[in-house]
Formats: sequence, structure tokens, C-alpha cells
Amino acid sequence: MSALNVAAIRADFPILRRTVRDERRLVYLDSGATSQKPFQVLDAERNFYETCNSAVHRGAHQLAEEATDAYEAARANIAAFIGGRPADLVFTKNATEAINLVSYAFLNATLKSQQGKDLPPGSEKFILNAGDEIVVTEMEHHANLIPWQELCDKTGATLKWIALTDDGRLDPKSIQEVIGSRTRIVAFTHQSNLLGTINDVATVVTRAREVDALVLLDACQSVPHMPVDVAQLGVDFLMWSGHKMLGPLGIGCLWGREELLSAMPPFISGGSMIETVTMQGSTFAPPPARFEAGVPMAAQAVGLSAAVDYLRALGMDNVQEHEHMLTQAALTALSAIPGVRIIGPTDIKDRGSAVSFVVDGIHPHDVGQVLDDLGVAVRVGHHCAWPVCRRYDVPATTRATFYIYNDLDDVDALVQAVVAAKEFFGA
Amino acid sequence: MKLESLYQEIILDHYKHPHGKGLAPNFASEVHHVNPTCGDEITLRVSINPANPDLLLVSYDSQGCSISQASASILFDQLNDQSFETGEKAVEHMVAMMQRTQEPDEDILGDGIALVGVAQYPARVKCALLSWMAWKDAAIQAGAEVPNNTEIANSTELGEGK
Ligand SMILES: Cc1ncc(COP(=O)(O)O)c(C=O)c1O
Repeated sequence: MSALNVAAIRADFPILRRTVRDERRLVYLDSGATSQKPFQVLDAERNFYETCNSAVHRGAHQLAEEATDAYEAARANIAAFIGGRPADLVFTKNATEAINLVSYAFLNATLKSQQGKDLPPGSEKFILNAGDEIVVTEMEHHANLIPWQELCDKTGATLKWIALTDDGRLDPKSIQEVIGSRTRIVAFTHQSNLLGTINDVATVVTRAREVDALVLLDACQSVPHMPVDVAQLGVDFLMWSGHKMLGPLGIGCLWGREELLSAMPPFISGGSMIETVTMQGSTFAPPPARFEAGVPMAAQAVGLSAAVDYLRALGMDNVQEHEHMLTQAALTALSAIPGVRIIGPTDIKDRGSAVSFVVDGIHPHDVGQVLDDLGVAVRVGHHCAWPVCRRYDVPATTRATFYIYNDLDDVDALVQAVVAAKEFFGA
Repeated sequence: MKLESLYQEIILDHYKHPHGKGLAPNFASEVHHVNPTCGDEITLRVSINPANPDLLLVSYDSQGCSISQASASILFDQLNDQSFETGEKAVEHMVAMMQRTQEPDEDILGDGIALVGVAQYPARVKCALLSWMAWKDAAIQAGAEVPNNTEIANSTELGEGK
């Protein structure tokens, strides 16, 4: 029994009606990369363009007023979804930009302070000094690794990382050792996009608090799949992308603690983020506007708000339970195929729906090709988490990810396609 | 299944029993090329044939999917102990075949014509071209004749992420 009515859900997703590769049913198992979009989201976006399209926060006319209302109502709705206040929610292009927004706050605060420039009160939190350390984990998506490598490269700070256990978890000993008195921020993922591991946030937060470090949580693979509440998690920053949770492409969210956002210098600058401007210099608006330079993606915000409504109506507990059921079925069936090895926890506890595996004797790219030929859409490669592949000594993996519109038939299709790949390559 | 057009028997043979795999100890140049989207990697070495300085010897080591591995094995068959001109012509022909602007010519590509099916799968084209781009890069670095500089500029674009 599923916690969701998948047949009814599938009817809301027009793309699931199409066929692929010679009239095969589309078995979409790549929602970890990007999810499909229901009518409700597409309609909300279209409705914005058809009824009140205009530049948010700029015009003096009725359309601009309505567009601004729609944009700010979307912000309030989306913030409430993660238990946050609208004033603390910044819209970005995607999670990658949101992480860069924070890493650049460190860079910009450090550069400005070195030149004796004025900075907002509280900005000491973001000024890096010689010997300071940034901590990530070995399971990060490149989006939560490269910005920190770059920051360290530019400032001389040192990047450290928490090691992984053989079964795909953060090493508890390493958490205690790596986070230390010089740590300024710990940036880590809630759920690994490659391994499926759901990390124990509380342990990391507790250790970070002991050393007075900030905590940033990459929630790209958690907000779409399980209940997430920022107050309960106790982190300082949390970000995710709209497109992985039924929302449109081109919008992401950064939630941050009010006192921290207020203390951060801007990242991208230009129109709409200022207070006063003269030829000699400018002052900046308070958050979230300070971080939203340029005409914002209002239609996408409205679409994402509709996605939030859709998920809320299903219930995030039910979404999680449904994915749990599918993940368990996939783990069991895939593990039973000789020569198939799961990369990541095989135990369903504290585990999300990203299931990565390798097949002896067949490269993941070739596995993916046979699956594609059978209508099963998965991702192959290093999934923007190359160091994870190195850690587990595989060149790449094949990855299936499940979402609300998948059912046990999809799991069966995956399993049969893997068997077919083995036959095709004689492995 | 359209798969048979991609994975012709000859490709699978090269994949399972690659020709010439293993690095020679002596070389004039060495390159390492990767395909960043899927992690295919090749290290390729070129040396000048001591008996005939017009001919280039090839050795390589690689890991990756069947297409990239078979393609490297075919490259070895076609280009080992050949002149830069012969090799460059083959690389150009291979690229054109992938872009579907030229019919496969067995005289130029040998077993490489079996890679023609790859052109239908844009995501796999880089796999097929990886070793050929590596060869061209290495051959140029080894000091082989370079008739036309602009062509090199173009080809490194296709090479992606040295
Ligand atoms: C865990 C994780 N972090 C970050 C990202 C980056 O998301 P985006 O590419 O939408 O910015 C992704 C998505 O690929 C992800 O899975």
C-alpha cells in the first residue's frame, strides 16, 4: 500500500503521457536531477504571464502592483513551507547561486575589511583571517564544494572535509575531529544526491556550535522529499532548487537567519538592491532585496509557490513514506541481481530515494544506454560529486531516483532493464 | 532495439579485447584527456619511430565506457606507426562522421566505421572522440608537422577538458 494515489498524481503530469525510444512508456527515474512539473505549476506560471506580467517592485501601475503582490505572496508561502519567515527567504537562480551568495559574502566581507571599508554590523562573522578553516564533507555535490575551494583559494583559508565510512555515512569521529576551533562555517548536504544518505544534522550542528562556527545545509535533495523545518534543524543557512520539487527551472531559495543576512555584503549588485545611489557610492537595501538585484523571476516564484501547494496537499510525510517504500523495493531487488553493487547505504534507515549502483563488467554509461533504450530514464556519471566516486573507487555510477509519480511498476521496469543490460553485454 | 546499431559486434569485440592497451616507457609527449560528463579518461603517449621520423608510435591507457574503450582500441589499429598527415585525416573524418557530415570510409577509419551509430546519440559522441582528440593533441606536442594552425584551435574545443 502506498501513502500516495500515484494514478491520480500521474494524471497531473502531462509529460508522463509521452513515449520515448520507439513508443515505450516513459519510466522517469531522474527526478534527483530535475523533477517533472504538474499542470498546477504550469498553469500558475502561465496565469501570471496572462494576467499581471510586469516588472516586480518597479512600475507605478496596477499590473506592477499585482505582480509584486503575487511575487511576495509566493515568498511567504514558500518560506512557510520550511518554517521560515518571508523576510529571511531570498530568491536566487538555483541552489548553486544560493551557495555562492554565502561564499561570496565571506569573500566580499574579507576584501572590504582588508581595505578598511564600511561593513554592516555583525559582519565579523564573515571576515576570514589567516588560519581560518572552512569545513565541507566528502559527499558534497560540486555546488557545495567548488565555491568553498574558490573561497579558500582567494583568501588563504584552508578547506577541510569530513570523511565517509565504507557504508556511505559521515564518519562520526571525523565530524568531531575536523570541525575545530578555527572552523568558520560547516557546509554540508542534508541528503547526498549520489549515495542517498540522509545526514544527522543535529550532530554536526552541536559540534559546530561548540566552536562557534556557522552551519549551512544544502537541502536540494531534502526539501522536495521530506518535511523540513529550519527552526527544528537549527542551521544558519539552508538552500534548495525549485526545479527538483515540481517547480519551474530558474528559481532557487536561500533561507538565512535574519541577523546573518543583515550582516552580509551583497553578492550580485545592480538595480533593485539599493537604498540610495550617488556617483560616489551607494547603500544597500535590507534583505531579502539586497540579494535580489535586477528584475526578479516572478513567474517562476509563482510557479514554485504552486508546487509548494501541491506538495503540501499530498503531505510531506506521505511523500517520504511513499519514496521509502519504493527505495526499499529497489534496494532489495537490485541487490538480488548477481554482479550489482549498491554505492551508498543499503540500510533504508536515514536514507532517501537516490539509489546509485554499479554492474560488474558493464560501465555505467552502457547500463544507462540499455535502460534508455527500454524507456527507463536514469542518470549516469559522477553526478557532480566526483570525489564520492573516487572515495568508493568507481569511475561513475548509474543512479535511479524516485518521486511522487513513480510506483512499483517503475521499480520493476528498472530491475528488468538492468537484467537486460547484463544479458546484452554478456556480463 | 536500436541498440545493435550503436553497439555493433565489432565494437563489443574491441571493448572486451582492446588492442595495444598499455603505456610504452619512452615517449615524446603524453596527454591526459577526460570526458567530464561521465568520467572517461585516457592517457596517451606519442613517440617518433626511431627508424622513420615521419611515423608516430602510439601507446595508451584508458578507462571508461564501451564506446570510448573500443574507439581507443580502433585508434591504435589505425594510427599506430602512421604519419601525422594520415592520422590527422582520420581524426577529421571521425569528427565529420560524428557530425553526420560525411559517410564513413573504411579505407580511412578501418573498424572505426562501426562507430557510425554513435552519431545518433549526441551524449555519446564525446566518448567516441576522446582518444582521437587526445592523439591529435599528443601528436602536435610531439612536434609533428602542423600544416594549419587554425585547425588545431578548432580541434581543442572538441577535445574538452584536458
Ligand atoms: C545535493 C545537491 N546540491 C546542489 C545541487 C545543485 O542544484 P542546482 O544545479 O539546481 O543549482 C544539486 C543538484 O544537482 C544537488 O543534488
